[in-house]
Amino acid sequence: MSNSSLKQALKDLDTKKISIRELNQDYLKRIKEKENLNIFIHFSEENVLKQIDNLEKDNSTKKLKGIPIAIKDLFCTKSMPTTAASKILENFNPTYESFVTQKLLDEGSIFVGKTNLDEFAMGSATNTSFFGNTINPLSKENEPLAPGGSSGGSAAAVAADLCLGATGTDTGGSIRQPASFCGIVGIKPTYGLCSRWGIAAFASSLDQAGIFSHNVEDASILLQSIAGFDKRDSTSAKIDIPNYFENLDDDLNGKTVGIPKEYSIDGTPLEISQIWEDAIKVLEKKGVKIKNISLPHTKYALPTYYIIAPAEASSNLARYDGVKYGFRSEEIDSLDEMYENTRAQGFGREVKRRILIGTYVLSAGYYDAYYLKAQKVRKLIADDFNKAFKECDFIVTPTAPSAAFPLNEKQNDPIKMYLNDVFTVPASLAGLPGISIPFGKDKNNLPLGIQILGKHFDEQAVLNAALSLERSYE
Amino acid sequence: MNNLIKGEKHDWEMVIGLEIHAQVKSNSKLFSSSSTKFGSSPNSQVSLVDAAMPGMLPVINKYCVEQAVKTGVGLNAKINNYSVFDRKNYFYADLPQGYQISQYKYPIVGEGKVTIDFKDGTSKDIRIVRLHLEQDAGKSLHDQNPSKTYVDLNRSGVALMEIVSEPDIRTPDEAGMFISKIRSILMYLDTCDGNMQEGSLRADVNISVRKPGDEYGTRCEIKNLNSIKFIKQAINYEAKRQIEILESGGSIEQNTMLFNTSTGKTRPMRNKEEAHDYRYFPDPDLLPLEISEEEIGKIKLSIPELPDELKYKFIETYKMSNYDASVLTADKQTSDYFNDAINSDAELKNHSKIVVNWITSELFSLLNKNNLELNNSPVSPENLGQLVKLISTNEISGKIAKDVLEDMFTSGKTARQIVDEKGLKQVSDQGEIEKVIDEVIAENPKMVEQYLGGKDKLLGFFVGQAMKLTKGKANPKILNDILRQKLNKKN
Repeated sequence: MSNSSLKQALKDLDTKKISIRELNQDYLKRIKEKENLNIFIHFSEENVLKQIDNLEKDNSTKKLKGIPIAIKDLFCTKSMPTTAASKILENFNPTYESFVTQKLLDEGSIFVGKTNLDEFAMGSATNTSFFGNTINPLSKENEPLAPGGSSGGSAAAVAADLCLGATGTDTGGSIRQPASFCGIVGIKPTYGLCSRWGIAAFASSLDQAGIFSHNVEDASILLQSIAGFDKRDSTSAKIDIPNYFENLDDDLNGKTVGIPKEYSIDGTPLEISQIWEDAIKVLEKKGVKIKNISLPHTKYALPTYYIIAPAEASSNLARYDGVKYGFRSEEIDSLDEMYENTRAQGFGREVKRRILIGTYVLSAGYYDAYYLKAQKVRKLIADDFNKAFKECDFIVTPTAPSAAFPLNEKQNDPIKMYLNDVFTVPASLAGLPGISIPFGKDKNNLPLGIQILGKHFDEQAVLNAALSLERSYE
Repeated sequence: MNNLIKGEKHDWEMVIGLEIHAQVKSNSKLFSSSSTKFGSSPNSQVSLVDAAMPGMLPVINKYCVEQAVKTGVGLNAKINNYSVFDRKNYFYADLPQGYQISQYKYPIVGEGKVTIDFKDGTSKDIRIVRLHLEQDAGKSLHDQNPSKTYVDLNRSGVALMEIVSEPDIRTPDEAGMFISKIRSILMYLDTCDGNMQEGSLRADVNISVRKPGDEYGTRCEIKNLNSIKFIKQAINYEAKRQIEILESGGSIEQNTMLFNTSTGKTRPMRNKEEAHDYRYFPDPDLLPLEISEEEIGKIKLSIPELPDELKYKFIETYKMSNYDASVLTADKQTSDYFNDAINSDAELKNHSKIVVNWITSELFSLLNKNNLELNNSPVSPENLGQLVKLISTNEISGKIAKDVLEDMFTSGKTARQIVDEKGLKQVSDQGEIEKVIDEVIAENPKMVEQYLGGKDKLLGFFVGQAMKLTKGKANPKILNDILRQKLNKKN
């Protein structure tokens, strides 16, 4: 696997060491070689070549000119179909470009394709996609591993070096966990930093776009590009976006890291605890003060998440009804039957499971006991973090409770699957920025990830800490 | 007023509450920039948001919020600094999102009241529970194809204000007066065009019946009525239906009804098994709506004089009755017209009653006959003022004035022109009138004899004869006086 980086590629393009065409043809070649990993839902060489042609004719300077980027197939794109990995959006061609992808296009990047994901981003292994599993590029022969999810295709695309960066979305860990599984960097910014406009919604109060990259520097460059206020998204934040890359600083001397005791969970593999300790030691050596903190409501985060996210999803996915666009069942005798058959045939098992859970927790008589209570707990979880951040600059935890698992391992056990999110979900509920960086390996030589969480809109602190750990690890 | 209905066994009282849906007057929709123009070709005013395309997000239209606040002020209601948009979830072909964005627990406007005025001079307050903002759905067209339904999303996302009353209404007439009053307030504020035919204003009626003094009975809701006439008809039918059930020993099932405008009957819309659970929850795509006192204050400043304020002003300034003033102010067109008419001549101020009468009876009946609205009246307020002036100064009689008004209406001429051209000026000259009376007395000696013999009623005959000779122009008062004098002298 090559050690390419976006920063290096930009330099090479700038010094004419390589042309846009040469750079991208290299990536096209690898994409075709790795077809068996089922990373892309949509890939068209012709489309990529057309983009190269256009950029060659374009004399303006652009920040990401010629950089191959993979797009999670949850972002609506004009030049490529958008499916959300669902049969119900099979053959859907948006007439509009999402805010995030438009920004990347404006800066001259090349979209190599649309990557696979769990259907409507619901899953942790990219195994609920209508278009089949994606295989983790780190798998050994005959032993296919899951790339994590839901943004497994994007994580795998970066890990397999099929692009120099990829977009993802993270609702409860969908960027950080696959980044950890694939041994790459994945950042989920603060809720509201990137506009949700044009991203098919899963859970609106949690969904946030973010970035996969080979390293922290690349992540800071790409994050800068996709962040920013958008008046079309009422929850988008009106803040000035700092120059994350220019401001990168790996000197953490005098900073304080919070280590939450609640993240030591019974049954966590020893290797996970080990890398966590290693990371803390590294930080200590760098002059970082270690502060043991408590986030007492952590244990309620998972059940809270699995009430709020499905509740919002059950409503967000009501628009896929066969009336206006996307799949419509052929067996129709009445309006009700059209809904029933279209949605029964158009959605997969996991999506239906969550729609049912969400419908249940919002229904009359259960709303107070589930949804309302979950909202109250969510507030307590956010308060935990607010309190903790009075005593520390960032928080370090493991990203996931395991390394990448075999492809079909947790297929039939949703609860086990949901436990994957145990370390990522609390920050999602609190809307905080988080990054996962590769840090150590398990006994099978599979990468493990460390998660760094920061204060609201303090992506810089998160990136700085990540850079520092990354450099010490290399 | 007796508000009770006679039943077979005893009297019944209706208990009625209204939910009024008023389309917010705004060029664009509640959460998108699409146009709201009525009558455009199907699906020509549909944005990506209105069609609920994947990844599309609502953004609140601030103007619609201001309109709702204005309306709240007009309803004497509390404006809430904090309100929340919720999703009301249900499936229907013309509801693209699969939910309607509405306000549930925290509406933008809280409790208020409006006053309705009765003919007998009394009035009554109807309390308002709340006003909230919500999106309209699209329209399903079932009549375009025998086996298909078409969907028009032009209306999808248009802003509505739902105004909910307390069950303070007791008769169909009160219901009609209440909705007229709301319509009047909305139109004064210019927050809704009030056009019931185009569906800009429609109402759901909640109705139950009870023995006077009892607790409220079980209610039924009649959906989507778009005229005051239908509202009254529907209430009357539904009350009768409920009374019949109760008097025969049955009980009312809470239900949602539809009113058939051609049969005049209500029927249940859906049965219990199909009852909706709307699963309301706060829309995570929208932040809570926060309005500061300062913003509310600014909006209040932009509010014009409202019907009730104007009513009291009219009563005060012109010593008018409460009912006259409420009729005049019910409609902004009417009060504007009255204002312009009475201010066209300084002396008219002392004859406000005549001005009111000539607008609300004579002019209105002419407009009605010709199917015209007041703002299309061929008679301008200034010309009507001039006509009243001619009446009040005894230049023409009331009877002649009716003909003059009709002439003004068709010819567009002023009252003065017509009176001059046709020589309709009232004859008030004593000598001239005496001459005519002498003639009449001389020509009818037998009648004079009978009159003097005690048949007082014959006075009218002499007046009629004299009027005939003067072509109706004689000043009736002078004519009467002189006639009496002359006849009595004969005695």
